[in-house]
Amino acid sequence: MRILFFGIAKDIVGKATVEFQNEIQFPIQVGALKAELIKKFPALGELSSLAIALNSHYATDDMSVSAQDEIALIPPVSGG
Amino acid sequence: MSSSRYDRQIILKEFGPKAQDKLASARVLVVGAGGLGIPVLHYLNAMGVGHLGIVDGDRVQESNLHRQVIYTEKQVGDYKVAAAKYFLQNQNSQTIIDTFCEFLNEKNAIDDACVILKKPFVYGALYGFEGQLSVFNYNEGPTYRCVFPTPPKADEIPNCDTQGVLGILPGIVGNLQALETVKLIAGIGIPLSGKLLIFDALEQQYHQFHIQKKHENSQIYTLQKSYAIACAEPIHTINAEAFLKLHQQEALQIIDIREPDEVKNAPFTGALNIPFQHLSDNIKGEPLGTVVYFLCQSGVRSARAIQQLQEHYPNTKFISVEGGIKALLTYEY
Repeated sequence: MRILFFGIAKDIVGKATVEFQNEIQFPIQVGALKAELIKKFPALGELSSLAIALNSHYATDDMSVSAQDEIALIPPVSGG
Repeated sequence: MSSSRYDRQIILKEFGPKAQDKLASARVLVVGAGGLGIPVLHYLNAMGVGHLGIVDGDRVQESNLHRQVIYTEKQVGDYKVAAAKYFLQNQNSQTIIDTFCEFLNEKNAIDDACVILKKPFVYGALYGFEGQLSVFNYNEGPTYRCVFPTPPKADEIPNCDTQGVLGILPGIVGNLQALETVKLIAGIGIPLSGKLLIFDALEQQYHQFHIQKKHENSQIYTLQKSYAIACAEPIHTINAEAFLKLHQQEALQIIDIREPDEVKNAPFTGALNIPFQHLSDNIKGEPLGTVVYFLCQSGVRSARAIQQLQEHYPNTKFISVEGGIKALLTYEY
């Protein structure tokens, strides 16, 4: 599973893209995956909202993620 | 100006004279005359949008010039709405331009107003080398709240002032906003509704994400009282008359948060001057009493300052002088 990080999530993780294979048991629900990521990168848990897209569609916590899926983390941005 | 002014876009088959007429009778409110707002205004004005509104309470700063490209060195210190109107009116004398010298930064407030008034919201935002774009509330489509249900806390997400921004990036994203706006007015193409676009400048890539519509976000009928501090305490204020009376009776700790040139024009004796934009840093070294009064030009910045600072200073009660120096001047202090 590939995860794309955007905005401040990219700065927190330090990379734009990360491949996860062995660290996570698939299939996993989006909500549980979010919890795993926050465990790995605690600063993600401090954001007031953190949207997750599954294969380019905004996902709800109960959706199932498989090893072939692409995930994106999209926090709010405020510059302009 | 002759009718050939818009000829090159009118001869486009998909656009034509009808679309040009739609632009001429359109009214667009541009919230923020900064990095994104300037390219939006620049092009909508050039392309013949008949009526533009500009909302911004800020003044032009030297550090704006690299990205807010219609402002000149001579305009540093001027209100942005006035500087922008000057440029735009020279560029296109036909445009009706209304200016609103006020701060309106909360995107949830803009979103709610658009839902209530049934207007589309062309959203743009920046972070580092990324830009975000979407058209919200178009034909019952998703709204900003569908993407970001909880507004970020103050200082949670760095903005252009703290994070930095490459001059060209807001130019690109703002021009995409102008394009979406023109498409909406003219009724051409497919609006970026139901999708969030993220532009990655370093990779030169566009990512699109499909947004789920949440119906409860369209069931909004009134604006909230406050947006900036949805979960915080209400701020303390004092009216001008009560403040002056107190000021005569005892020594108050007053911080004037206006810019130095504003202070020079209408000084308030006995106040310490720390301009708003540097307040959170420069107040750190100051010995603060239990009560500190914030004074600005009209009471807007002083209220915002409290929203930003109060939670970090539990031992000091910040109080905003309502109506600012303008209100005080009516009492001949």
